[in-house]
Amino acid sequence: MINKNKLNNDDRPLSPHLQIYQPSFTMIMSIMHRVTGAVLYFGSLLLLIWYVSIVFGPDTYNFVGKLFSFFIIKFALFLFTWAFFHHLFGGIRHFIWDTGNGFSLTAVELLARLTVILSLLSTLVVWFI
Amino acid sequence: MAELTLPKNSKVQKGKSYPLESDSENKKGFSIYRWNPEDKDNPRMDYYEIDLSKCGPMVLDAIIKIKNELDPTLTFRRSCREGICGSCAMNIDGVNTLACTKSIEDIKGQVKINPLPHQPVVKDLVPDLTNFYEQHKSIQPWLKTKSSAPEEEWYQSKEDREKVDGMYECIMCACCSTSCPSYWWNSDKYLGPAALLQAHRWISDSRDDFKEERLDELDDAFKVYSCRAIMNCAKACPKGLSPAKAIAEIKKELALRK
Repeated sequence: MINKNKLNNDDRPLSPHLQIYQPSFTMIMSIMHRVTGAVLYFGSLLLLIWYVSIVFGPDTYNFVGKLFSFFIIKFALFLFTWAFFHHLFGGIRHFIWDTGNGFSLTAVELLARLTVILSLLSTLVVWFI
Repeated sequence: MAELTLPKNSKVQKGKSYPLESDSENKKGFSIYRWNPEDKDNPRMDYYEIDLSKCGPMVLDAIIKIKNELDPTLTFRRSCREGICGSCAMNIDGVNTLACTKSIEDIKGQVKINPLPHQPVVKDLVPDLTNFYEQHKSIQPWLKTKSSAPEEEWYQSKEDREKVDGMYECIMCACCSTSCPSYWWNSDKYLGPAALLQAHRWISDSRDDFKEERLDELDDAFKVYSCRAIMNCAKACPKGLSPAKAIAEIKKELALRK
């Protein structure tokens, strides 16, 4: 393979990319899959704090419970739930693609929409029902 | 690591304007990326106005008209003008496509034209595709056999021939590879949609005896697996093919043979 830097060595400009490419729904969904993956990584810390607090007895547990009922932290937990479902359904979407199916442009768009709708619905069900 | 912004020498500036003097109802503006290696300047966007009632229907007709009548220095590749050679691949209105098959009517407002994204620019709309062609070469896009050559020709049943449908039509215009963010960030390690579609075209060919060796060659952390199914490739392909599907099929074959 040719060295990428060698190609650029004669001061040629790089043509615009992210700056000019028209964002598409599937492109945004791919970014969201990564973002929610990262959110899950750090959000799991909250879950861990909650678990570990059990070890330290009822006082700590109640304290953490109070901490988690703060609006800001509650909202973070709500987003964490959404990130979980978004990543879960996104994962199922990728699993379907791994079988070699769902690649027509209509199927791709439908799967992306389903991921958003199902993740939002699931989050609302968990929190309000 | 992905570099999201353009290097200093690549930042695009405002350029010259060539407004239409007569008042035409069919006036259309074209904003076109310009860079000349003989100047020391940064790239710029020049603005041209033309009368569509005196122009053919496609974007290629418009840029040929601009070159002929307004600015002979405008540089771009073109040849067949009917979507079979792949020369006039460029980014039109934010999506990679062929200028010769893209209708001007389909674009609302100003038509923005850039070279294929994230490539070194040779001049104006002409990108340096050396790396792209090298990657195509690396997948050995030719028939490789172990049995001795037949007297006349390699036969193939109708069913086997159908297995390369959706792949043999590829014209190597580079619209797909240069639309792919994974390819933008990793074009030194990731083969990209076009080369992988071609790779799968030869893996699927019933006459080829090197399927296993071809798969061995692709079994690498980056060459295939940098595909994140962003789907820009399939959306950009002017021939309506799906490199994303071909890449998924390669991944599947790699997984199933283990």
